[in-house]
Amino acid sequence: MTERLETDVAIVGGGIVGGSAALFLTRMGFKVALLERDWCGAKASGVNYGGVRRQGRPPEQLPLSQRSHAIWGRLPELVGIDGEYVRSGHLKLARSEADLASLVAYNKKVEPFGLGLEIIAGEAFRARYPALGDRAVGGSLCPEDGHANPRLVSPAFARAAAKAGAVVREQTPVDHVERTGTGFLLRSGDSLEIRARILLNCSGAWSGRLAESFGEPVPLSSAHPCMAVTEPLPRFLDVNIGVEGGGVYGRQVERGNVVVGGGRGFALDADRARPARNAVLTLMGEAVDLFPQLRHAHVIRTWTGVEGYTPDRNPIIGASATTPGLFHAFGFSGAGFQIGPAVGEALAELVRDGHSSAPLDAFSITRFAKADPALSVAAPAGH
Amino acid sequence: MTDAPVHPPIIVGAGPAGVRAAETLVAAGLRPLVIDEAARWGGQIYRQPPEGFQRPKRALYGFEAGKADALHRAMADILPAVDYRPRSLVWNVENSALDVARDGRSETVPFSHLILAPGATDRVLPFPGWTTPGVFTLGGSQVALKFQGCAVGSRVLFLGTGPLLYLVAYQYAKAGATVAGVLDTSGFADQARAVPGMLRDPATFAKGVYYVGWLRAHGVPVHSGVRPVRIEGADRVEALVWRRNGREQRTACDAVAFGLGLRPETQLADLAGCRFRFDAMDRAWVPERSAAGRTSVAGVYVAGDSAGIAGADAAEMAGERAALALLEDLGRPVDSTRAALLEQNLAASARFRRALTDAFPFPTDWAAAVPDDTPVCRCEEVSAGTLRKAARDGEAAEINRLKALTRVGMGRCQGRMCGAAAAEILSQALGTGPDAVGRLRGQPPVKPLPFSAGILDKEAAP
Repeated sequence: MTERLETDVAIVGGGIVGGSAALFLTRMGFKVALLERDWCGAKASGVNYGGVRRQGRPPEQLPLSQRSHAIWGRLPELVGIDGEYVRSGHLKLARSEADLASLVAYNKKVEPFGLGLEIIAGEAFRARYPALGDRAVGGSLCPEDGHANPRLVSPAFARAAAKAGAVVREQTPVDHVERTGTGFLLRSGDSLEIRARILLNCSGAWSGRLAESFGEPVPLSSAHPCMAVTEPLPRFLDVNIGVEGGGVYGRQVERGNVVVGGGRGFALDADRARPARNAVLTLMGEAVDLFPQLRHAHVIRTWTGVEGYTPDRNPIIGASATTPGLFHAFGFSGAGFQIGPAVGEALAELVRDGHSSAPLDAFSITRFAKADPALSVAAPAGH
Repeated sequence: MTDAPVHPPIIVGAGPAGVRAAETLVAAGLRPLVIDEAARWGGQIYRQPPEGFQRPKRALYGFEAGKADALHRAMADILPAVDYRPRSLVWNVENSALDVARDGRSETVPFSHLILAPGATDRVLPFPGWTTPGVFTLGGSQVALKFQGCAVGSRVLFLGTGPLLYLVAYQYAKAGATVAGVLDTSGFADQARAVPGMLRDPATFAKGVYYVGWLRAHGVPVHSGVRPVRIEGADRVEALVWRRNGREQRTACDAVAFGLGLRPETQLADLAGCRFRFDAMDRAWVPERSAAGRTSVAGVYVAGDSAGIAGADAAEMAGERAALALLEDLGRPVDSTRAALLEQNLAASARFRRALTDAFPFPTDWAAAVPDDTPVCRCEEVSAGTLRKAARDGEAAEINRLKALTRVGMGRCQGRMCGAAAAEILSQALGTGPDAVGRLRGQPPVKPLPFSAGILDKEAAP
């Protein structure tokens, strides 16, 4: 063994959750080792659509999501870059009266959480969003939601953790984990052996294996949200757009490129995925329906990633039910980017205090205990 | 006895490799699909002018007029037996089918056997002012002349290295443009050393000598061992300042034609799942292939410059050989003597290519000399300094990571123009070779795809 390390906390997975956990734990004074088999923030955390959105989340996620909103507000102070984060607002469109009613119902349901949602409809909607024309009867605006560049933000958390003193090892796959008398023993080939008191499983779509090795299988499936980007275009969209009921979503970045998402890619192997042709063509057609400004534009690139989905689309966050000292945070089901930093913070609190100040009961790994892990989970819709 | 394949074999590219491949398949009784981006066949080297243009082939192709004519005729002769799709862009390969965009509409075409012959593009490295209007690639300058009969300027300076440098300068001079000079980045000593190897192909060697001699005889300054310092001119090129033996000189011109050899177009082979290897001679990643042109994916073949730069003559042979391999794999009888002869000639041509690389070596010192504020990726406006900083900070030890963090190669060209330069600058900054930084992952669409492809696809659906 070339190198042996002793640490308080070992984190498997350098995405936005593992990276922010590493950052908060290091700031609390823990010795942390973060292990990433690829590059930090290069998987789903770094290649997602970039929506930084609370609106549309189920109520049980909103306490964490609100805490994350505050963390995003001090991103430069935390990770040293602005990550192209803008509070542009997130506008969820209703394309029918029924969809509008459903947005109104959501608005009522989440009122206690203070998202500041605003329903805009009819003439007021057309006056405020002339660029969206008559393609929606109205929408629900969350003024302080927005978007950011995941390629920059997600790696920045791990980098900030390293700067704060965490050991961050990239290109370091963990191929052996075992529980020892005092904690955990991890190995990466013959090059690295780590002993840690606490183990955090933050390895995204690949988290299921680690959970299963500790006797708690989870019905986690992989899916591949499909994204496309145009060449830079004149600015016409200053708000992050979603559509009630799912389908296409879109945002325009500072330099003018329009990023749209919708549909699914396919897996090349366990680690890589590519957008599917039909998804790309359907996405392009739907994007033009929603944004006629794209009619004469080009798609210059498409991409997807590998994301872990749970049957109820809620993540798994919290202590292992089988193994003291093991904590999980994965299965964000396509919505982990905004909430990720608060999850990292909650994990740090769990490690330090044994409990988090945000309610995590809904995310317990035990909720799948009765589910058959062999059950294959259909790829989800929406984003 | 064999059955006809379910799908016709597909050939991507109608240059020297694609046309000879098609001819070979037609001769065996197959009806291949030939998909090409250009309006007419011939590829870049034998690109045909638009219909109605009257310049004779001798003026368009010079010494190569005979070869150009033969290739054009070969395709014309087999047209009735070919499903020919000009002005068509293959933008994706997925699950044994191609996605082909034509006139803003996209069609999915399944295949069982595919010959990829999409050719090559100019390799360029940045230098101060290289994005100034009036700076063209060498190949682009040649296309302007061959296709439209236009020169890129009235006083054109030629800069770079490789046989194309002298050829295009000669063609410009013959066409009536003033050639302000030919500035070769390789040294005279390189060329002298390479002479024995180049004599393997005396005819080609003689042509090269002829071009240089002709240019000199017509008063064109020809210099070797040159490095560009900067382009002068704000809205348009006014001059190039260059350095040789430590001395700076300035040449006034209104256009610069610039290229450092060619780089293979490999994205389709990548999307098709072919295994790649780093080729030291091309300083590029190319699909692994057998002498016959078989890739690591059954039924997928590569031929011509897209499989490694070897020139037009070799491309014709490689196209034919790949088609014979395809026929063999279909269980059809092929002339094995012919196949062996082609492989033998291709091997000889590869030896000549090695000598050419010695004569016109890639300027490995270039990347280090690019100033920090020079743009490398012009689509996304990423400078050399930004790339170096990412390398220095330990953030990017690999080209895809560099792309993710800096946007280099994320724009319209998807790294086809800037990828080689980014790899050179990254590897230079890291103190490794360009092979150590990996290659940009292929992503569809290979080239920008109009949104209409999605709209029409949907409207056409039942």
